Amino acid sequence: MPINQTLSGYSDIAFTTTVALYLVAMLLYFVEFAYGKPRRAVRERESELTAVGGAGGAVPSTTAKTPGRVEPEPRRPLPERFGGMAVAMTVLSLLVHAFSLVTRGLAVGRVPWGNLYEFGSAICLVAVVAWLVLLYRQSRPVRKSTTSTQLRGLGGFVLLPTVLLLFLSGTALYARASPLPPALQSYWIWIHVSAAIVSSGVLLFAGVASVLFMLRVRHENNPLKMVRFGSRLPNSQTLDRLAYRTTVLIMPVWTFAIVAGAIWAEAAWGRFWGWDPKETSAFIAWVFYACYLHARATAGWRGTRAAWVNILGLAAMLFNLLFVNLVIPGMHSYSGL
Amino acid sequence: MRGSVFSDALAFLRNTWRGLTSMRTALVLLFLLALAALPGALLPQWSTSRNGVQDYFDKHPTIAPVLDELGAFNVFGSVWFSAIYVLLFVSLVGCLVPRTGEYLRNMRARPVRTPRNLARMPHHSQATVDSSVDEAIAVARKRLRGWRVDERDEGNGTRSLSAERGYLREAGNLVFHFALLGLLVVMAAGAMYGYEGRVIVKADGSSFCNSGTYNYDSFEPGLRVDGTGLNPYCVRVNDFDVKYQPNGQPKSFHADVDYQAGESLDNDVWKPYGLKVNEPLRLAGDRVYLTGNGYAPVFTVTFPNGAKRTSSVQWKPMNMQTFLSQGATKFSPPGMPDEQRRQRNQLAITGLFAPTASFEGKVLSSKFPDLRDPAVAIDVLKGQLGIATGEGQSIFSIDQSMVESGKLNRVARENLRVGEQLRLDDGTVIHFDGVKRFVNLQIAHDPFQEYALVFAIAIIVGLGASLSIKRRRIWVRAGPTDGAARTSPDGSGTAPTSTLIEVGGLARTDQAGYGEEFTKLSGDVLGKSGHHSAPEDSHGSASARERNS
Repeated sequence: MPINQTLSGYSDIAFTTTVALYLVAMLLYFVEFAYGKPRRAVRERESELTAVGGAGGAVPSTTAKTPGRVEPEPRRPLPERFGGMAVAMTVLSLLVHAFSLVTRGLAVGRVPWGNLYEFGSAICLVAVVAWLVLLYRQSRPVRKSTTSTQLRGLGGFVLLPTVLLLFLSGTALYARASPLPPALQSYWIWIHVSAAIVSSGVLLFAGVASVLFMLRVRHENNPLKMVRFGSRLPNSQTLDRLAYRTTVLIMPVWTFAIVAGAIWAEAAWGRFWGWDPKETSAFIAWVFYACYLHARATAGWRGTRAAWVNILGLAAMLFNLLFVNLVIPGMHSYSGL
Repeated sequence: MRGSVFSDALAFLRNTWRGLTSMRTALVLLFLLALAALPGALLPQWSTSRNGVQDYFDKHPTIAPVLDELGAFNVFGSVWFSAIYVLLFVSLVGCLVPRTGEYLRNMRARPVRTPRNLARMPHHSQATVDSSVDEAIAVARKRLRGWRVDERDEGNGTRSLSAERGYLREAGNLVFHFALLGLLVVMAAGAMYGYEGRVIVKADGSSFCNSGTYNYDSFEPGLRVDGTGLNPYCVRVNDFDVKYQPNGQPKSFHADVDYQAGESLDNDVWKPYGLKVNEPLRLAGDRVYLTGNGYAPVFTVTFPNGAKRTSSVQWKPMNMQTFLSQGATKFSPPGMPDEQRRQRNQLAITGLFAPTASFEGKVLSSKFPDLRDPAVAIDVLKGQLGIATGEGQSIFSIDQSMVESGKLNRVARENLRVGEQLRLDDGTVIHFDGVKRFVNLQIAHDPFQEYALVFAIAIIVGLGASLSIKRRRIWVRAGPTDGAARTSPDGSGTAPTSTLIEVGGLARTDQAGYGEEFTKLSGDVLGKSGHHSAPEDSHGSASARERNS
């Protein structure tokens, strides 16, 4: 099937736009994170002010309500509005991102994850979707343990690795639209690779939560450490729960991805498991995540230690994604470079 | 004295066993397993990349032998790696067996009796309703369908239900771990009773028969395979077709093969099959894979006595992008009954083959992998090839020691295109007839791999169940209120009966997120059983406690 150069051109333009939009969204998230105040803190500050004003007596309280006058709903503070814009921008860039992948797929008439560029891009898409799903779920009234601002502030930290990975995919790993090599011409590419993409994206997200958890715990253990940064993060319990739940959710999918890979390997390479570098590092990552789940159930290993293991798992995933595909010669050399 | 030594030893063993089967040890072993596998990803392995290891030896001549001695190039066959996973699995068994027993006991046991003070549970709510205790219990029972429910009479007209759900979580957990164990066993068995072989077959109607190991170019048997009694079948390669993109990337490989197996072997019927990458030929318990291809230049040598010999031997592709290949085609002169003389007049054509030739001066290289403009750059050597020495020789090269000792000498060097020929001083004519393609076939046999699949599926299902199912408990207690007449909501009089229902809940799973389900459940149990609704829900404040309950 010939390659549709027009569509592939659109896809590339959309990809560049996506990176730019994510970058903007990330900055907006960071603005809110840096200048916004957790709502609770705002409220406390206000009541404190009123109390001081009341005690002093001399200073007329500006916040006191005058009877008979309808107070206009206070405008949301500027940083918070930046946060809202950030979310809107994320949704927009996600749409452009999806457009970029879909047009790439249409241009070559195959799955849009046939080389490392497309694979990296798809992983980022999943990470962003995971982030938005979380934001949506967390916005429901059931959970009130953290303020929306605090959670939304995480957006920048989710987008940071995403933008980096996207940038890397679009530059160093970029591969022109081309048909699949014979080794990849199998319906298993739909199953195995998509499962790998979904699990990588979500695990990336879980890893970010664990990194933030470590930082927050430092602050909680000693409030003098990282005063500005740490205090703006959601509490450690929330971050820990976030990391754990996402990992638990995706672990069966990641296991499935490995098993599907083994089934494909049986049809393609003559054995279902042969300790190819990619297989080995997928195994290592899997064992690290198994460690994480066990650590969570072992006294003395919960909390920081478990979070470290989760970060190791993420490191193994990234090693698996980049190092193994690019540097180590193996049977997974499909980077298209 | 003796007794104390004995009991000391026993205590030591018991403690070791306890230590080994503890979760902490298992965790450390798991960790070690991942770390030990790391060199397997970082360093080339003998089993997957023989050339990679050789390269490593060339580049790091001092450290490579040390690493090799440590087994760093054979991680997954090394003693230390095996030690880790054997210990891990022993620890696993030590943990699984008692857990299975406990699970089975649990399955038969009654749900835990209702705690006296339900308000102390992480989830709790209560309400007073107008219906009787019996009605309230009946409603709760109906709502708790699907739960394991046990009812107890607590005296004074108070009855309680204790219910539990999510037993499949532990079942999934056990299935997952047992399946891991099974997978290990099955993989070991596959390595013992399986074999793997490689053979090059020219795509000109040549065939390969799995009648014995001598038909293979390389054969790797499992420990329990002696090479006899292989599954009998034959594969004939009629044609091989490869399509390339303009940039030289392959688009498709297709080998047109025929095969005979079982009955068709006896009555000599060939059945056709299109062998492709990703589509192996499965027959008689074996799988035949298409793993590679290459070229075999065809040369015809006309000897001075007029005798002609045509030979095509596969040359080894040196560059997988351009398929520039290297090889040696060897001839023994015909019509020389004298063995000594024949030995001294052997001929070898060695050199390079390019499917799409490109010359830089006289140096041949290839610019495309497909057969567009084939050419060879050959050295012709005459003399003693050393084939008769009894030592095995590579089919891709000549024995350099024969050249060094002067027994084999170069007599010509020439570049030839198809149809061109070369005349040696003694009148021998070497004609480059054309090119044949060959395919690399890989034959694999693993009698246990279906079981591996079954265990792998069990692993996924078990893991999914153990991670997604929540083990949770709920208690409902209904009893008459303290006898005091209560005013019904419309204020029209006293209600005939009045029942206090209390509901308590406890999730036995970390991070279960039981809150929402409990709210719904308790709402149904409390709200529907009377018109007094508005249960005093106290779980909101307790939801933070939920994580460790």
